[in-house]
Amino acid sequence: MEARGLVKRAGRATLLDGVSLTVAAGEMVAIIGPNGAGKSTLLRLLSGDLRASEGEVRLKQRDIGSYTPPELAARRAMLSQHINVTFPFTVEEVVLMGAGERSLREVGPLVDAALDEVGLSHFRERQLPTLSGGEQQRAHFARVLVQLACGEAEHGPGLLLLDEPTSSLDLRHQIDLVEAARRRAAAGTAVIAILHDLNLAIRFADRLVVLSGGRLAADGPRANVVTREIIRDIFEIDAVVHEADGVPYVLPQSMRAVPASR
Amino acid sequence: MSVAIGAGARGLRRHAGRRSASFAIPLLLAVLAATAIVALTVGAAGIPLSRLPNALGFAGNATPDSLTARDQLVLWSIRIPRIAATAMVGGLLAAAGAIMQGLFRNPLADPALVGVSSGGALAAASAIVFTDSRFGETLRFLQAELLPLAAFAGSLATTAILYGISSRSGRTSIAIFLLAGVAITAIANAGIGLLVFIADDRQLRDITFWMLGSMSGATWTKAAVLAPVLGTGLAACAFIARGLDLLVLGEADAFHGGVDVERLKRISIVMVSAMTGVAVSISGVIGFVGIVVPHLLRLVIGPAHRLLLPASVLLGAILMVGADTLARTIVAPAEMPIGILTAAVGAPVFLGILLRQRGLAAP
Repeated sequence: MEARGLVKRAGRATLLDGVSLTVAAGEMVAIIGPNGAGKSTLLRLLSGDLRASEGEVRLKQRDIGSYTPPELAARRAMLSQHINVTFPFTVEEVVLMGAGERSLREVGPLVDAALDEVGLSHFRERQLPTLSGGEQQRAHFARVLVQLACGEAEHGPGLLLLDEPTSSLDLRHQIDLVEAARRRAAAGTAVIAILHDLNLAIRFADRLVVLSGGRLAADGPRANVVTREIIRDIFEIDAVVHEADGVPYVLPQSMRAVPASR
Repeated sequence: MSVAIGAGARGLRRHAGRRSASFAIPLLLAVLAATAIVALTVGAAGIPLSRLPNALGFAGNATPDSLTARDQLVLWSIRIPRIAATAMVGGLLAAAGAIMQGLFRNPLADPALVGVSSGGALAAASAIVFTDSRFGETLRFLQAELLPLAAFAGSLATTAILYGISSRSGRTSIAIFLLAGVAITAIANAGIGLLVFIADDRQLRDITFWMLGSMSGATWTKAAVLAPVLGTGLAACAFIARGLDLLVLGEADAFHGGVDVERLKRISIVMVSAMTGVAVSISGVIGFVGIVVPHLLRLVIGPAHRLLLPASVLLGAILMVGADTLARTIVAPAEMPIGILTAAVGAPVFLGILLRQRGLAAP
């Protein structure tokens, strides 16, 4: 996956301003940055859902706009942030949606495995709208895993895009999900995830990409990116960076050193 | 090996739940057949079940007596075409409702409620008045063909306007959609009012028929107009079913899942317009069939469109044939407009769905 000079404008606002990013098969990249930095816009450009105002996205040496929607779905899967299912589909039916036109008979084992992986096997007959937000998010993740598996069976390692996949999850399921993504990366999938939890991002990603104000502020291995200076510049907070077992972790301090008197 | 056995056991369990849906189609077909037989026997000229085989011409006696001859006339030139047309109108309206609900991701969308039927009725009423006028004398013989086309065009224009108003950058606002539907219905009704004002007595009768809905004008010709639309519609349903399922995730996520969303929306809009428009041109505006039928079916067989759409056609046909049979018997020898009956049943169901949604939305 290769993106060059991406610019996205909406009306007079420039959401992304010249972002370039190359992600190789088997790499796991976390995108971090404050709200409104352009993270979701970048992901939607990489997924082919939005078209860039300038620049291009290439997936497997082909312009992403040249794929038809089904061709694209077989090569990249994406989990969005807010999905609201209005009709009473069961968890199993939603997960099966990842398999496109294939029937449950053909992909039954894949659906079972994905439900197992997100810990929802016991809820497969439940109607999705009756589940909690976190459980719904896990069901959609299972759907995306099925889509990825179906595509990879035909076209080899694909691209997995995750937009704040852990936003509604408790700690255990956050780690479960990120570990599941890591397993995909270990098997050759290119994974790009927007993560808000810095420590989660640091722990699991090979590489961190920092966006700020629509521009690429930093891109590199965690040790280079996670520094007190960068965190202060980007997130406008004071944080202490410690290290445990060779992995840095970030402990946020107060907003400012100035006491909140006034 | 153990994996295969495990999967088999799971498969069995799946069939035990609400997914006993494979029985739905045969069951609905059987009920439709039974309803049709009842509808054949009752009416202004009653034909008891014992005379039915004879009257249908199945008994094969060479010289029918006068009673059988009368029965045959009633059945073949009045009742059978009417039942066939009614069933197809019901099927078209219910399927159009189900498709529209899938398209707008909302169980309250219905072509009659949001003005698609009114748009079709306005175009059809215009066709009546203008093909009837002095200027249109030469067009008059075309009326049978022109009405469905006009109604289709009116419905298509209304649906397109509605979608344009309520969808912005891939998101559909349901509140704006329903309110725009109210406004469009009002505009269409104003247009129909204007036509009522300039129409003569005979045209007036025709237009009133459009407003209330009735199957009393059904003929073989009209049934012949409905059949290809229903056939094409059913075939197209199989084609869009999977896409409509994924569309429930939202347009962006349906696209991520491999659906050509723009094409799906175009096909769905044309289908809803064609199915509603042609049904309206035969029956007039009949509301709520498109809401009640898919809603009931979702409760029983689930929301997957591959089954929901054909099942809607069948249940819509059953309800309409039943309602029409009631309409022509409860105030016999007069006939009640069927639109009144469907609204009397459908409006409370609509309110029920609304209240349930309110209940879900409450904190």
